Amino acid sequence: MTRKDLEIIADWVAPNSRVLDLGCGDGELLVRLAQQKQVNGYGLEIDPLQIQKCVERGVNVVEQNLDKGLANFADQSFDTVVMTQALQTLRFPHLVVEEMLRVGRECIITFPNFGQWKARWHLAFSGRMPVSDLLPYEWYDTPNIHFCTFRDFEVLCREHNWEVLHRQVVSESAVSGVLKDFLPNLFGETAIYHLTR
Amino acid sequence: MRKILTTEARSPNSAFPANSVGIVEPQSHTFPGPFKLACGRVLDEYTLMYETYGTLNADKSNGVLICHALSGHHHAAGYHSENDKRPGWWDHYIGPGKPIDTNKFFVVALNNLGGCHGSTGPASINPATGNVWGPDFPPLRARDWVHSQAQLADLLGIRQWAAVVGGSLGGMQAMRWSLEYPARLRHCVVIASAMKLSAQNIAFNETARQAITSDPDFRDGRYLEENTLPRHGLAVARMIGHITYLSDDGLGKKFGRELRSGTFEQGVEELVEFQVQSYLRHQGDSFSGSFDPNTYILMTRALDYFDLAREYEDDPVKAFSHARCKFLLVSFTSDWRFAPERSREIADALMHANVPVTYAEVESPMGHDAFLLPNERYEKVFAAYMNNVAREVNAEVTA
Repeated sequence: MTRKDLEIIADWVAPNSRVLDLGCGDGELLVRLAQQKQVNGYGLEIDPLQIQKCVERGVNVVEQNLDKGLANFADQSFDTVVMTQALQTLRFPHLVVEEMLRVGRECIITFPNFGQWKARWHLAFSGRMPVSDLLPYEWYDTPNIHFCTFRDFEVLCREHNWEVLHRQVVSESAVSGVLKDFLPNLFGETAIYHLTR
Repeated sequence: MRKILTTEARSPNSAFPANSVGIVEPQSHTFPGPFKLACGRVLDEYTLMYETYGTLNADKSNGVLICHALSGHHHAAGYHSENDKRPGWWDHYIGPGKPIDTNKFFVVALNNLGGCHGSTGPASINPATGNVWGPDFPPLRARDWVHSQAQLADLLGIRQWAAVVGGSLGGMQAMRWSLEYPARLRHCVVIASAMKLSAQNIAFNETARQAITSDPDFRDGRYLEENTLPRHGLAVARMIGHITYLSDDGLGKKFGRELRSGTFEQGVEELVEFQVQSYLRHQGDSFSGSFDPNTYILMTRALDYFDLAREYEDDPVKAFSHARCKFLLVSFTSDWRFAPERSREIADALMHANVPVTYAEVESPMGHDAFLLPNERYEKVFAAYMNNVAREVNAEVTA
């Protein structure tokens, strides 16, 4: 899976800040942020295998189910709350983003763009749900239950009055890399949003 | 034939599993007082019984302190003799290649002050009177244990523990260490523990104490002087405790409703007895033959009184803001005595206090006792964490 999103996030996070990473996976982002920005952070994760990887890397990881909310965190107790590639796996993504903006002064979210041409092509011509490197699951065993496109997310931001500080689109292939600047919703693979309220 | 077997058993590594610390010998040390206790009273001197496993490195930075739980003691790993049927209480987790790896760490386990396995406690002689302390032994708090453990560290030349580790009541001591001596531990490992007991926990402890004190042989705690022993009361107390350490599921899987004797057929006079009944009775009986009732009362009271944040305006975040170490927390899903919720409270407080913390909620059907038992995920998380601790300590040695 591409993790170009992680490089961009590292640019947006302030040095020495306090970061909470929701669905932190194997802790790669937190390791990066600690090395590049001396960031002090915690990851929340639910998968025992990923938690094990975090422990092996010495990343601060706390077992917590994001679908049960972030009520255990005080308002504005973090500088930035990050969630990479997990939005689509949540039961109520919009409620989690609301919570992220309560707990953090800012939040950064990345998610796979379901409006990308490959997904559209796949669905349109094979009539089946797309399976790709980025989304390597069949429809019945996928943890992804709430796919959206860039445009869908833009609408959500407007409806909730979330201010978009930065938005960026990344793509793995060189061709898509150029085209994504003109038609992000069609050629962007991963969306990265930097939000505040 | 017999002689040959005995000789073989004496040669190292033959009688015990390869990942056992093997035969260990308890040591004891008497510390000169005065030792002031949290209750205001003073001990003129006190003795601690302890065992060590592994080797202390040159700069004495690889020490790991094991704090025991309610009925634990100094014998945490290995065997006392070739004929020992059972190893120390935490043998699954302490030894060569185990999570607390004795190839890397110098492990210290002790019988707490107030205990009944060699350390000064209610069954010891009060030097002031020449009689057994009995019920006159001063009440203790977790911090008294921590202070006495610090004196043991001084004796061993350990200025800073690589880690202080404990489950249940042991976890409470480990947390207290992080606040009382912030500079003297690098890591704090708290397993199946809580910042304070719930009312339900206290209720169970009170019921257990009542079982002991209402035994006619208790004699107001002066049973040793009067040559009696409230065996039945202590056995009942242990049975109550034991039920709370297991889970409904665990008990059900182990015993179900299987009968040990009798049947439900009509007209049969023989008493119906379930397997679980005889199991509990056996647990209670064997415990009451080896544990001092006054110590049980003293230790359960220390548990009840423990409240990590009491002196910090009841604010755990304020309390943990004094900690300078890193934390590992582990809880078990079926533990209802120290439920995962209690560990999550610790994790939340640590995160708000900006203290490094890792927390794993381990799936297990074994209830509170899970912290002593083999469990693949628990072992892996624990080992990975301790491996980092060892690496950190070694990096400092070579630096």
